[in-house]
Amino acid sequence: MWIDFSYLCWAVSAVLVAWMLFDWYKTDTSYSEEALTSSREGEIEATSEKHKV
Amino acid sequence: MSQSTMTATPTKISLSRVLGPAHVWALGVGIVLVGEYTGWNFSADKGGSLAALIVCWVIGLLYTSVAMIDSEVTSTIAAAGGQYAQAKHIVGPLMAFNVALYMVFAYTMLEVSDAILVGDTIVAKAGTDGLNHNAFLAVTIIGLAWLNYRGVLATLNFNFIITALAYLAIVVLFLSVAPWSQGTVLRLGEMITPANALPYGWIGVIASFHFGIWYFLGIEGTTQAAEEVRSPARALPYGTMAGMITLLIAGAMTWYVCASLMPWEYLGTTYYPLWDAGKLTGSPALENMMFYATLLAAIASANGCVNDAARAWFSLGRDRYLPTWFSAVHPKYRTPYRSIVFLLPIALAFAFISDLNQAITFSILSGVLQYTFMSINIVMFRNRWPLGSIRRGYTHPFHPLPAIVLFILCVITFFAIFLGYGAQLTAMVVFYLVVSIWFHFYRYQYVRRGDQFTMPWPKPKGF
Repeated sequence: MWIDFSYLCWAVSAVLVAWMLFDWYKTDTSYSEEALTSSREGEIEATSEKHKV
Repeated sequence: MSQSTMTATPTKISLSRVLGPAHVWALGVGIVLVGEYTGWNFSADKGGSLAALIVCWVIGLLYTSVAMIDSEVTSTIAAAGGQYAQAKHIVGPLMAFNVALYMVFAYTMLEVSDAILVGDTIVAKAGTDGLNHNAFLAVTIIGLAWLNYRGVLATLNFNFIITALAYLAIVVLFLSVAPWSQGTVLRLGEMITPANALPYGWIGVIASFHFGIWYFLGIEGTTQAAEEVRSPARALPYGTMAGMITLLIAGAMTWYVCASLMPWEYLGTTYYPLWDAGKLTGSPALENMMFYATLLAAIASANGCVNDAARAWFSLGRDRYLPTWFSAVHPKYRTPYRSIVFLLPIALAFAFISDLNQAITFSILSGVLQYTFMSINIVMFRNRWPLGSIRRGYTHPFHPLPAIVLFILCVITFFAIFLGYGAQLTAMVVFYLVVSIWFHFYRYQYVRRGDQFTMPWPKPKGF
């Protein structure tokens, strides 16, 4: 059972890596580099103040 | 890239301010609590069970100083990167670059240690021939990277729940062994006698500082959330101090139960002191509870470490200390997704090739380097911006006593590490010297010097 569980862990790991790489590619090709790296230290983003937890 | 997507792109994509004090507590205690489940007990191997208690108190003093100092500075400099941003504003760029590397190393190697612990604990529980821990290491590191990639709020909500469960398990174990009645289950008087209390004398107590650090290693990680909490001036001091109080109680309970159930020779070498304590009570329910709690504590710690290492790396990119490519924020999840994914294979590689002791030692070394910096940093901070010159969310008492205590205890800890792992200590110091030279003579030319100082403060005193 534990051996099967370890195979399942490998499979889940592979799926999650594939998901992250796919999302990374999709994001990088959908937005400009300037927008993605526009964060600046010390700025309080106005829209985030409206976020509801 | 379609024009419509480009048009919809917001002008600024920043980290989200969605966290509260409970998340700060979950981040700090989550990173640290695994130290009660494994790590602290190796100090008993260095100096005996009584030495493990003495360092719990003394290292507790070191970390209380860290928490107080950190709370004051970070409630004033609320930026991702934590101590990196502090060093940048107060000491200078070269110190900041080194501090960021200390943090990335400390958290990545701690994450590696946690993942190894998860894998080894499952393999030990399974007792199946041919079962390797690699699959469990991989799913821990990758699964947590995925969770961090998807957003900080879900990540730290998850951490809050599993950290609280792991903490509750220590309380339940403590109450289950009738701590008020020695001899019922606990036998402290038999385990610690005048003959074996300090088997190597006081030099053993000094040597035990090395692993005593694990009682509280990582509480300073709360500051990495500075840019994502709704109210940094309130949430960071409150979450950090509450975390430190929680951990002091957990450390004392853990020592009392484990030292009362195991002789120091065994306690100092086992990888699972609390799980073993559960077994030694003779209760299958407690044994199983401590097994699952060990896993939860290790996962919570690794989760916080992924969060913190990525923020430190992201901050270096944002200031051009590293390529700005690393400073990308995910437009939907608002996380430093490239830094998270970049650090993933590094953690995996170390997890597959390191053993637990080596990984712990590298993490401790980087942590203690950072604490040494903090003792100097707070003195410079108070001298350059005295009380009343800038707004502080929290002002720590008895200055400069905590800074002096912190510095002295860091020096003793370096000596203790040198006694056991002198080669690693030397190698790490040489590594930081080499990267400092690289940064000073090569990388710093790419930094936009005026842009990196973001706090609207008056000129420092004396400038």
